Amino acid sequence: MRRTDIGPPDYKTMLPDVIKNNYGRWKYHEIVRPGVLRHVSESGEEVYSIRAGSPRLVSIDFIRDLCDIADKHCNGHLRFTSRHNIELMTPDKSKVGPIISDLTKLGLPIGGTGKCISNIVHTQGWIHCHSAATDASGIVKAVMDAFYDQFTQMKLPNHLRISLACCINMCGAVHCSDLAIVGVHTRPPRPDHEKVLAQCEIPTTIQSCPTGAIRRHPDPNVKSVVVREDLCMYCANCFTVCPALPLANADTDGVAIYAGGKVPNARKPPMFSRMVVPYLPNNPPRWPEVVDVLKKIVDVYASSAKPTERLGEWIERIGWEAFFKRTEIPFTAQHIDDFTHAVETYRTTTQFKW
Amino acid sequence: MTDDTPLLDELEKGPWPSYVKEIKRAAKKNPAARDLLRIQERSYHDRVTHWKHGGIVGVTGYGGGVIGRYCDSPEDFPHAAAFHTMRINQPAGWFYTTSALRKLCDIWEKHGSGMTNFHGSTGDVILLGTTTEHLQPCFDELTEAGFDLGGSGSALRTPAGCIGQARCEYANIDTLDLIHDLTMTYQDEIHRPRWPYKFKIKASGCPNDCVAAIARADFTIIGAWHDALRIDQDEVRTYAKSGLDIESLVVRKCPTEALAWDGSTLRLTPEDCVRCMHCINTMPKALRPGLVKGATILIGGKAPILKGANLSWVLVPFMEIKSPYTEVKDLLAKIWDWWDEHGRTRERVAETIERIGLKEFLKAVDLPPVPQMVNKPRSNPYVFF
Repeated sequence: MRRTDIGPPDYKTMLPDVIKNNYGRWKYHEIVRPGVLRHVSESGEEVYSIRAGSPRLVSIDFIRDLCDIADKHCNGHLRFTSRHNIELMTPDKSKVGPIISDLTKLGLPIGGTGKCISNIVHTQGWIHCHSAATDASGIVKAVMDAFYDQFTQMKLPNHLRISLACCINMCGAVHCSDLAIVGVHTRPPRPDHEKVLAQCEIPTTIQSCPTGAIRRHPDPNVKSVVVREDLCMYCANCFTVCPALPLANADTDGVAIYAGGKVPNARKPPMFSRMVVPYLPNNPPRWPEVVDVLKKIVDVYASSAKPTERLGEWIERIGWEAFFKRTEIPFTAQHIDDFTHAVETYRTTTQFKW
Repeated sequence: MTDDTPLLDELEKGPWPSYVKEIKRAAKKNPAARDLLRIQERSYHDRVTHWKHGGIVGVTGYGGGVIGRYCDSPEDFPHAAAFHTMRINQPAGWFYTTSALRKLCDIWEKHGSGMTNFHGSTGDVILLGTTTEHLQPCFDELTEAGFDLGGSGSALRTPAGCIGQARCEYANIDTLDLIHDLTMTYQDEIHRPRWPYKFKIKASGCPNDCVAAIARADFTIIGAWHDALRIDQDEVRTYAKSGLDIESLVVRKCPTEALAWDGSTLRLTPEDCVRCMHCINTMPKALRPGLVKGATILIGGKAPILKGANLSWVLVPFMEIKSPYTEVKDLLAKIWDWWDEHGRTRERVAETIERIGLKEFLKAVDLPPVPQMVNKPRSNPYVFF
């Protein structure tokens, strides 16, 4: 008899004793040093959590290496964070050093806590996705190489969260990140008329377009669709429902950079990320143009924001016009919104900077 | 065909741990991982993806949990011609024993490429790359080891929550138990897609929202308290003595001016507090959430596809969140009934609400309109009576 719908393992069977014993009784925490948290319970017990960065796309032998460390120091328990970091937990302060040393031997950075750049939440890219307009893991590696010291230290005005989506489906909270890298197409789909009939349902394909750019082919003998190029904004929703409408284009696909989003409610409410660079080319293996723009933004933010200001809070205080001036990023026609909530973004006051 | 990967080799350099090293590690043992590396190198050369639209593959009795994936050049990469993904529902809070993880690794060594994501952005363990023939035997061994598939397609996606009361003093609700309970209750909704589009549930224990529930979940549960936050004045003074500038870094940062500091006592006007968490984040030893605990329920968070991104909207300002979570489940049932009836294909619940109107939606789910639902009332005179 096959078993189905058993659901995930019960989390209670996965918890270390110190977590189980103090569940719901934690009193406060402190960051002992970058990458090491100390949580103290009402019971007086404490747990040290050592956080390390991970490439996220890992082999099973990588997981086994982590298991070896957890078996050696943590009674066979470990966890992962919502930003793909690794955490090893121990109630025993004397084990913190040996755990750090064993993680370091694996080449893993210790950090990702407090006012730092934590690991990048990202999608699959060219590793596994059919709709990717750019790669994911490669850009992430290049960006985190550049921000390695920001991961292992806590010297920013506040947390800075980066995420990457390899197309505008945005699997991941890319639209509310301090910095977001988004894969974009910049040319309309090219209907393959022979395949449309075989692979696609024409009414569904027409309905999938948010701007009404897809029409029936004018020749009733051709059972296919045409794309009105002046209406298409390359969202690829049609490609998702109809594989015969490919958009991928080596020369014109690339990435856009967004900035100033946040998720927490602390101080200002959550905010969307806003476009700061509409297009940069796909330049593998290390996407230097992308890395340079992000470094520039982080440098200006780190040197000018007030303590506790997230990137978006800093930009709102100084004004977007000052942001573009200080980062020397050109403002273009593409920055002005013309989609569903566009008018909310147009300035309705004479308060602005020169 | 050459095994040289000069472009990817560049990504073995630099201090951050390299995924290319990881693929190479798997490639030593596994021909599919070796082909994955070569496909990636070709994409780096061509600057386009070499994966095709997924086909319909899966395991008996399930409509999702497996993403079919085929390479566009099977003749060049025969071992990764079919390279399907299996989404494995993570234990709540991403806690593991090493014995559970080792079992997962052993199963994936036998049935797949040996490459994984710990974790995917929705929260599942992602097992990357296997063939159609291996799916069923792999699944059978996974369930034998206590694991099951997560969601995909137009289904309830694998619910996820923050670490909650397991190791966080800010948590106002037991996110792990809530997420595990909802996941077990809705196995059918997760495994058999039948809705207009995807539906996501995420729970964060406090408004810091470490799983980005407000941005990423159609149904957003964020822990809240209904009384006053707790202040330990001695600890406040200790922070002040240790050099924290309480006036400029705490009091002046309060978005509603609910705090005052006279150099020895921190005073709160509880009715002005909007639970933003800033003061608690800054002085975790001195300040704590209140004791009347529950959650704010919000609806409609999503990424831009199709009509623009949404942050979730407040639906229930305060709800007690206690096992067996009947109130949450009753509300979910009403939402799903309405959305299933009115939603168009590939329309997330927020888009259905936007098209038909929040007023109609509130009627359908039996919730009274309250001012907490809006930033401000309407300014136009075009009203239906």
